[in-house]
Amino acid sequence: MELPTLQDLNLAVTLPSMGLALWACVVLAVGLFLPERRRHWNLVLSLGGIVALFLYNLTLFDLPADRQSAFLGMYRADNFTAFVNLIALVTAFFGVLMAYEYLKRTHIDRGEYYPLLLISTSGAMLMGASGDLAVLFVALELLSIPLYIMSGLRRPNAASEESALKYFLLGAFSSAFLVYGVALVYGAAGSTDLSEIFHRVNAGLILDQGLLLAGAGLMLVGLGFKVAAVPFHMWTPDVYQGAPTAVTGYMSVGAKLGGFAGLLRVFIVALPAVSGAGDATGWQDTIALIAALTMILGNVVAIAQRDVKRMLGYSSIAHAGYILMGAAAAGSPDVRDFAVSASLFYLLAYAFTNLGAFAVTVAIEKDDATNPQLDDFNGLSKTRPVLALAMALFMLSLTGIPPTAGVVGKFFLFQAAVNAGMVWLALIGVITSVVSAFYYLRIVVNMYLREGPGEAQAQRSFLGVAVGLAAVGTFVLGVAPVLFLDLAQRAVLVALGG
Amino acid sequence: MGLETFLFIIVGAVAVAAAAGMLFSKSGIHSALFLVLNLACVAVFYLMLSAPFMAMVQITVYAGAIMVLFLFVIMLLGSERIDLGLTDRRLGFQTPAAFALAVLFIVVVAAAVLTGQIPAPQPVNDVQATTHGGPGEVGAVLYTRYLLPFEMVAVLLLAATIGAVVLARDVIPTKRSQRAQMGRIRELRQMITTIETEAASAPGADGEGAEEEAAAPAPAAPAGE
Repeated sequence: MELPTLQDLNLAVTLPSMGLALWACVVLAVGLFLPERRRHWNLVLSLGGIVALFLYNLTLFDLPADRQSAFLGMYRADNFTAFVNLIALVTAFFGVLMAYEYLKRTHIDRGEYYPLLLISTSGAMLMGASGDLAVLFVALELLSIPLYIMSGLRRPNAASEESALKYFLLGAFSSAFLVYGVALVYGAAGSTDLSEIFHRVNAGLILDQGLLLAGAGLMLVGLGFKVAAVPFHMWTPDVYQGAPTAVTGYMSVGAKLGGFAGLLRVFIVALPAVSGAGDATGWQDTIALIAALTMILGNVVAIAQRDVKRMLGYSSIAHAGYILMGAAAAGSPDVRDFAVSASLFYLLAYAFTNLGAFAVTVAIEKDDATNPQLDDFNGLSKTRPVLALAMALFMLSLTGIPPTAGVVGKFFLFQAAVNAGMVWLALIGVITSVVSAFYYLRIVVNMYLREGPGEAQAQRSFLGVAVGLAAVGTFVLGVAPVLFLDLAQRAVLVALGG
Repeated sequence: MGLETFLFIIVGAVAVAAAAGMLFSKSGIHSALFLVLNLACVAVFYLMLSAPFMAMVQITVYAGAIMVLFLFVIMLLGSERIDLGLTDRRLGFQTPAAFALAVLFIVVVAAAVLTGQIPAPQPVNDVQATTHGGPGEVGAVLYTRYLLPFEMVAVLLLAATIGAVVLARDVIPTKRSQRAQMGRIRELRQMITTIETEAASAPGADGEGAEEEAAAPAPAAPAGE
């Protein structure tokens, strides 16, 4: 048996994700010995690790070809991975910053929150980096299990327990779908290596087309659950509503990022050659249909919600639909690279905007941790004018109104869909965006045109920083998208070797 | 009939009987023990298929660790006597449905084997027996090709452990909250003594109301320990 050398393993390029998991162990170990008045070290250590790895990750773009593979092909260190890492680290940064004061004032200040969040983030990053279905599956669990735990952090609160249990049971169920799919794909192609599967499918060396399609379909179900695509979205509103708000904020971006990174990685690297109508791959129509249903259901049902977290839950379903539109467009070979970069850019824009919206929701939540309702935004422009302005910006971005990140992201996604010949899908996207204006702008109306109780809540400094950074991110991505679009466009997904 | 076939028939019969026993026994403990027997039989199958490592893992992990955990949970929940749910009319359809599906599955597999859709297994020769499925081979693959998933699983287990601690243990009261709680208890005690002295000075009154008040906050204090 030939043993791989350290050069073969190429550990340096895996540092963003594996290093984050390692750092989580450090944070956990240090956190155990922190007396209460030094609890802020949890925050400092977590943020320090995230920022350091973020900076390091910037050096991992455009690696030479021989350094793009680590752990004997199990880990792919291409630009796609680097960009997913970028979004994941931003998400983790906000997840930590949002939680610090929130956990304290709602009396669930568990030091375990921080390592769990870091481990979950590393799972999301590894999903994007996976070069093998085995890695994909373990990464999915690495992403999910900390999220189940974090949802139940407000134990013995019944809503939080329901959220955790529901998420856990349905999540385990969906993981079973994914594993079954992996098994069938392995049975059909004889390999779990993504590039190897691609080459075998391409060369017609598969055992049975039906087996491969069934496997791909089951994997789509498993990943569709993670990103909350219709009809696998049932858990989303309840889980979002019951989980502590800071956790919901992190989950709404982190889980979706991991799910989409895995989805794009598997379906575009391994399975583009599954035959379909014309040039397009076999799964394009299926994903397009799911995208359409997801956009319609998410946006329409969100209108009826009064609970802010529930509303943002349905809104996150709707946004999964928009990103799925990009994934569907990537099924056409000519549009593939553009669609992938459009999806990545949208994920980044969504991360800043949605995390900002959740940071504001955390800020207006009362200390007794009752869920904020839409009416709680009434008169916010009088009591907290800056916060209200930021929230208005986030709502405009989620709707897709300039000058925000959301509009640029949506524009690229619609363009990708049109280029892929799916004008109908882009039309549904535009129409549902108009529908979404109704519920997003209702918050703006509540803040600016309605009278509130008029009592100003305490300023929360860390949360203020989070809201401010998210607002800056949303605005910069909207005004000068080129800065990040260039990076996103370098992320090209292809199978290794030939 | 070779020795191997003979052994297979015996072990197979025990495995099927154990599975049936697991399904039909009324006691949770008996079900779990039948499952142990069934898993042990499957381990023997692995041995017969020249996969000694799998057989040992089957015994230690499934028949050993996991089933012990099962038994603990059954004991802790005090649910030795399980109601099989057959009285629940909403789930009543499940038994015939499961039975029908099981029969269908057996028919499909049997048809596939008889028509040659599933090729008959080739006998394993000695070379294969020593190069496949041994602990050395499994370890070599696990620590080279599957090194990354292996390490990720390690982190995953850590996360699960943290989760068990977070979800099972109550928050340990910090010094500050303890001090605050002690302060509150002291205040309550003072209130009680003043009420008691007042009650004692007032003729004909008894201190029952005050005692009730005293009893209420008392269990709250040590609950966090």
